[in-house]
Amino acid sequence: MVACTLVVCASTSILIVLLIFLFLLREAQPFLRSPGLAAFFSAEWKPKSMQQVSFGLLPLVTGSLLVTALATLIAIPFGVCGAVYIAEIAGPREREVLKPFVELVAAIPSVVLGFFGLVVVAPAVKGTFSLPSGLTALTGAFLLALMAVPTIITISEDAIRSVPKAYKDASLALGANRVQTIWKVIVPAALSGIIASIMLGMGRVIGETMAVIMVTGNAPKTTLSPVSSVRTMTATIAAELGEVPFGSEHYQALFWVGIVLLIATFFLNLVAMRVLKAYRRA
Amino acid sequence: MNRYSTHIPVYALALTLAALGCGPKQRSSAPASPAADSSGAITIKGSDTMLHLVTAWADAYMKSNAGATVSVTGGGSGTGIASLLNGTTSICASSRDLNEEEQRLAADKGLQLHPVVVARDAITIVVHPANPIGELTIEQLKKIYTGAYTTWDQLGGPAEPIVVLSRESSSGTYMFFLEHVLEKEDFSANAMLLPATSAIIQSVADSPWAIGYVGLGYAEEAAQKVKILPVKKDAQSAAIMPTVGTVTSGEYSIARPLLLVTAGEPAGAIKAFIDSCLSADGQKLVAETGYVTVN
Repeated sequence: MVACTLVVCASTSILIVLLIFLFLLREAQPFLRSPGLAAFFSAEWKPKSMQQVSFGLLPLVTGSLLVTALATLIAIPFGVCGAVYIAEIAGPREREVLKPFVELVAAIPSVVLGFFGLVVVAPAVKGTFSLPSGLTALTGAFLLALMAVPTIITISEDAIRSVPKAYKDASLALGANRVQTIWKVIVPAALSGIIASIMLGMGRVIGETMAVIMVTGNAPKTTLSPVSSVRTMTATIAAELGEVPFGSEHYQALFWVGIVLLIATFFLNLVAMRVLKAYRRA
Repeated sequence: MNRYSTHIPVYALALTLAALGCGPKQRSSAPASPAADSSGAITIKGSDTMLHLVTAWADAYMKSNAGATVSVTGGGSGTGIASLLNGTTSICASSRDLNEEEQRLAADKGLQLHPVVVARDAITIVVHPANPIGELTIEQLKKIYTGAYTTWDQLGGPAEPIVVLSRESSSGTYMFFLEHVLEKEDFSANAMLLPATSAIIQSVADSPWAIGYVGLGYAEEAAQKVKILPVKKDAQSAAIMPTVGTVTSGEYSIARPLLLVTAGEPAGAIKAFIDSCLSADGQKLVAETGYVTVN
C-alpha cells in the first residue's frame, strides 16, 4: 500500500506531462481539418488581419531560434568559465560564497528581469549599436543568457568535479601546468556533462516568456538580424491567448504553437539526458 | 519479473483516470448568471484603456455603497468579452464594438449582450518631443503603420527610420486603429507590438524616431515625456488636436465610444453600478481621468 502511494506520487509528473500533451492536442486538433497544417507554412503571422488571416509559424520559429541561439552563445563562455573556476580554481571559502549567489540568479522572477531589461539593457543596446530602438532580439538574449548561466554553471561544475582525480594527477605529473590540465584534460573529460548543461540551459531559454515579451518588441517579421525586433513563440501565446475567442482558428493555432514549443523543449531535454547518462557511464 | 511489474496496475489506473478526464467534451456551456451574487460582488474585466476610469468608478461605488465589492481587472477588450461569454465576469469593459465572431459565439450560447456607452476616448498619436513633424493626416498614418513609409524624410522630416509602435492584438485600441486608421489593411510586420500602453509611452520617450498611439487620458498624463500630434482628416482639412472639446464635437477623427457590456439587461447591483457611472458624479470622474463625457 505504502509502495503504491509512493509510486503514484512519483509518477504524478509523468502523468501531468502526458495530460498536458493530450490537452494541447485536443484543443489543437480541429485545425487539422480546416484550415489544415499547410497554413503554418505561409510566411506571415497575421492572425488578426481583416484582409486575409495567416498563421505562418516561420517568423515565430525563427524569432525563438534567434533569441535562443544568441542567448546560448552569450551564456556558454560565462557558464563554462564560471563552472571551471568554481570547481577547479576557487578555494573552499570562495566557493561557499559564489555557489549560493549563482543559484540566487536563477531565482530572480523573470518579470523582474524583464523590467530590468526594459529600463537598463534596452537603452544600453540601443546606445551601443546606435539603433533606433533598443527592443531587439539581442536585448532579449542578454536577459535569457542571465537565466541560462546558473543552470550551466551548476550542472557543469558537477560534471567537472566528478572527473576522476587520477586524470588531474597524471596530467600534472607529466609536467602540464594547471591551466593546461584544466583545458586539455579536465574539460574534455567532463565535456558531455557540460554539453548536457548547455542543452538544459537552452531548454530554459526557449520556454521563457515574460522577459522576452517585455524587451524584444514582438514584431512578427522573419529575420536573422540580432539587432532587429522579433516575436517569439512564447510571447505570441502569452500575448494572444488571453483574448482569442474560445475555439476559433486563431485559438487552435496558438495551441499548435504550444505543441511545437513543447516538442522543442522535450527534444532538448531528451538529448541532454542522453548525453548526461553517457557521461555518467563513462 | 522485476519489481516494476507490480506498478503496472497503478499506471493503468492513473491513465484510465486521465482518459476519463479528457473524454467527452463538456464545455461549461451554461455561464454563471450574469447578475451579481447576493453579496453584491461585481467583477469587471476588459479594456486596459478603460482600466483607469473603471477603477475610479469602482472606488466611488464602493465608498457610497458600504459592503459592496467591485473587482476590476484589465487584459484587453477581447479578454473581457471572452470572459463575459464564459461567464467569468459580470461586466465587460470594452473599447470597441463586438466583432462578428464574438456576436456569433454569444448567439450560440444564447446570451443577449447589452452594451452601454459610458464615455468616449480619442486615440492620440504620440512621438518623441524632439521630432520636428508637426501634424499628420490619416492617410500618412495609414502609410506609416502599413509599412509604405519607412523613414521620416518621406513625411518631410529627417532621414531617420520610423520606429513603429503598436499595442498587442488583444487590445481594443489595436482593433480600432486597424479599422479606422488602417482601413482594415494589415499592420506592417515591422510594427512592434508592445504589451501595454505604459510600454509605448516609455519607448516613445526613449527613442527619438518612434511613433505610437495611446488613449487620450494616458497621453495627457505623459505630456512632458511625449509630443501629441494633431491629426488631419485629409490633406485639405485643418489639423485637429485631440481634446475633450474636439472629441465631443466630432471634429477629431480618431475617437471611439467606451462601453460597459453585460450579458442580458443589467439588473440589481450591476444596474446600480452602471447607473452610477452615468450619473453626474460618475461623468465627473470621466472628465477627471482624461476621457470625454457622454452627455
